[in-house]
Amino acid sequence: MSTHEEKAAQNYELYEEHIVPVSTYLGVFIALLCATALTTWIAFQDLGQWNVIVALLIAVCKATLVVLFFMHVKYNKGLSRITLIAAVFWLGLLITFTLADELTRHWEIYPRGWAGAILPMFHHLIF
Amino acid sequence: MSDAATVHDANPTGFAHQFEDLEQQRDAGRLGMWVFLATEILFFGGLFAAYTIYRSLHPQAFLIGSHLLEVKFGAINTVVLICSSFTMAMAIRSAQTGRKKGTIISWLILTMLLGATFLFLKFRFEWYHDYVDHIMPGFGFHNMPQWGANAPQVQMFMCFYFFMTGLHALHMIVGIGILTTLCIMAARGKFTKHYFAPLEISGLYWHFVDIVWIFLFPLLYLIRY
Amino acid sequence: MSTTATIDQAPGASAEPQINYLNARYGVKSWLLTLDHKRIGLLYLGTITVMFIVGGIAATLMRLNLLEPQGALVEPETYNKLFSTHGIVMVFFFLVPSIPATLGNFLIPLMIGARDVAFPKLNLLSWYVFATACCLMLYVVATGGVDTGWTFYTPYSSLSSHTDVFLAAMAIFIGGFSSILTGMNFVVTIHKMRAPGMTWFRLPLFIWAMYATSVIFVLATPVIAVTMFLLMLERLLHVGIFDPALGGDPLLFQHMFWFYSHPAVYIMILPSMGVISELITAFSRKKIFGYSFIAFSSLAIAVISFLVWGHHMFVSGQSVYAGLVFSVLSFLVAIPSAVKVFNWTATLYKGSISYEAPMLYALGFIGLFTIGGLTGLFLASLATDVHLNGTYFIVAHFHYIMVGGAVMALMGGLHFWWPKITGRLYPDLWARFAALVIFIGFNLTFFPQFVLGYLGMPRRYAMYPAEFQALNVLSSAGASVLAVGYIIPVIYLIWSLRSGPIAGPNPWGAKGLEWTTQSPPLTENFEKTPIVTEEAYNYETAPAPEVARV
Repeated sequence: MSTHEEKAAQNYELYEEHIVPVSTYLGVFIALLCATALTTWIAFQDLGQWNVIVALLIAVCKATLVVLFFMHVKYNKGLSRITLIAAVFWLGLLITFTLADELTRHWEIYPRGWAGAILPMFHHLIF
Repeated sequence: MSDAATVHDANPTGFAHQFEDLEQQRDAGRLGMWVFLATEILFFGGLFAAYTIYRSLHPQAFLIGSHLLEVKFGAINTVVLICSSFTMAMAIRSAQTGRKKGTIISWLILTMLLGATFLFLKFRFEWYHDYVDHIMPGFGFHNMPQWGANAPQVQMFMCFYFFMTGLHALHMIVGIGILTTLCIMAARGKFTKHYFAPLEISGLYWHFVDIVWIFLFPLLYLIRY
Repeated sequence: MSTTATIDQAPGASAEPQINYLNARYGVKSWLLTLDHKRIGLLYLGTITVMFIVGGIAATLMRLNLLEPQGALVEPETYNKLFSTHGIVMVFFFLVPSIPATLGNFLIPLMIGARDVAFPKLNLLSWYVFATACCLMLYVVATGGVDTGWTFYTPYSSLSSHTDVFLAAMAIFIGGFSSILTGMNFVVTIHKMRAPGMTWFRLPLFIWAMYATSVIFVLATPVIAVTMFLLMLERLLHVGIFDPALGGDPLLFQHMFWFYSHPAVYIMILPSMGVISELITAFSRKKIFGYSFIAFSSLAIAVISFLVWGHHMFVSGQSVYAGLVFSVLSFLVAIPSAVKVFNWTATLYKGSISYEAPMLYALGFIGLFTIGGLTGLFLASLATDVHLNGTYFIVAHFHYIMVGGAVMALMGGLHFWWPKITGRLYPDLWARFAALVIFIGFNLTFFPQFVLGYLGMPRRYAMYPAEFQALNVLSSAGASVLAVGYIIPVIYLIWSLRSGPIAGPNPWGAKGLEWTTQSPPLTENFEKTPIVTEEAYNYETAPAPEVARV
């Protein structure tokens, strides 16, 4: 154990991690405040179905700024990015597939139009 | 919290024996926190998924429900959390650049105060008023006549409001607890230019809680049309 | 110790008592406050054995009741609680943690050449969280259990059931965090703590399987946690999240529930497949066929498993179009599993095969898992599922995979690594006998259930039409044989702890870093960090087995 800690002490002078300048943090901070103001203001404009899309887009931009700069993902190696992207993607799977069910539940299962017209012709072939 | 965050008193470098060196320890701690955040994304995400389904099924009711919330409190709280993310980043940076422990502690305390402000505004001015106005589900919820047939789904919206912001508030409380621990560690001089992993990892957690709010704010408060 | 000790020693074993992780420190506190992944694995082993017994008792009572068409033992309301208890306990508190928390915890650091997992304190915490969840669940069972089935479908579970759904959901919620902590630990350990020279493609396939399992742990478990959380809130506040009368959607519950629970079944089978990969190569003394195919198929299973959950909801009212998509994807998920079966079989070809107990379990696994998997295709197909859903066909299908697959793999793995874990050998003749009893008992129990299901007998029913009695009696008789088969290993394994021959470092002559260290290992696993220079399963350089091969 003790040789182990000696070795660790030798590694004390580690590689210098990238230190983000204060100006960057301040810039991100101001940007986040502006985005908050923007999203609040836009909410009170009637854009119909676009309101929610715009709101989500702004939220994604804000989150991206926090992730890249405050959480240092811009300066890290790949594994944290992959973890983050995988989690978001998997959440997307949950939402997408569940919505796919909810939104198609009332679709008719028998086709209309020309497909529906010719289907009975094949009935005796199938059964 | 990762094991890398634990400091052995006999070991001033905070080095944990299962690792080969501090670099591996820091890498492992950071990856561990990111994996934990991935689980949190799916945890909150489940609620966001349910919210998405119900909002697409009952858009009118969600519109009514959102108008029951006060945008100004949501907006102020968003600003408060963004400030707290900034102060948290500065706390980590001050450790990284080898500042005195007093500086680190000051930034941490500022972050904690902002977090406490968030919670105070939420509980005292939003939740308490909702309770008094009988729009807190499960605690004397009264349907209002102007909701008409949408009433049950308005209650559904308020459920989501309280569940999601409640879960978020719980995470904030835990976060403030973690920051308190960090203050104590900083006061004992544990953090140096080379060892500040607990700060960094806690920072990741704090920023994540901020990001959850960044999504909660428009989805809950900003349904105006 | 005297060299004329009454206990035999296997050749290669040292006559001196060594310091190892078991005797390094004594006392209850040294176990309850341990940070050693090996001891934590054993703590888990004890806990899941208790839960297996509880679930097994429930199953015994069910099969006894099913001896007669009108129910031989219990009222229908009680029967509902029995199958719910059996399902909840077996799925959440036995199968999900089984191989990962026991063999995974014990072996992962050893196999990758590390001293411990990345976060030993979180590891211990995960066991305490799990034990708490188990205690809560046992309390629920003792105070009457739940009658909702392990699937907790709403609105029955959220609105109507008069049983303690709240606490049962809480137990699962808490247990979920144990899985999350374990998964986190394993992901970081495997990424960051491999010994020098241990590249990804030199890892044992058990590690690949555990890595894929851990990814599922991390991504799926939080969703069941939040689902149970919503169910608990609904029970507590009566607010109708899943109540149709209030605009809630019961199917939303099912979507969220199965988003976890389908990947959960792969949590149960992937580690088993990892164990089988180890057993097949060790007892064929041959490099595994298609290493990268097996490695990538584990990842493929983990990914595709998240895309198929709707196949549990074909007859629940889900949209037909969603059903179509889920059906196609469910066929897809069978492919990587088939790849593994082909590769194991190819490994056996021209191998130097011996039939010790672990190998018997492995061979049994391949056969039974294949049957279970193929019958899954009947269920993935929309048209046949309409008839088979809700029948005993489904029960037989998943028991072939969970019991014929996962539990056999657990038994095989326990036997294979038993000398490493305990430093003792068990009597192989008894072990082979037990394996055969289990195999026969298992098939007698569950094969009739395929027939029953096809003929239309519904599952979760306390009574059934008289024409099904013969098959039911056959199944219950088989269950008693199976129970005997499980009891025998308990006896000789415990016997071996005191009186079994002392094992050397590598009784089987197997490849793998865990076999290069003493049995049982030191607390810190290796005297020096190993350096890996060769590929996995390089049996040309394998040492001779210390025990005679048959």
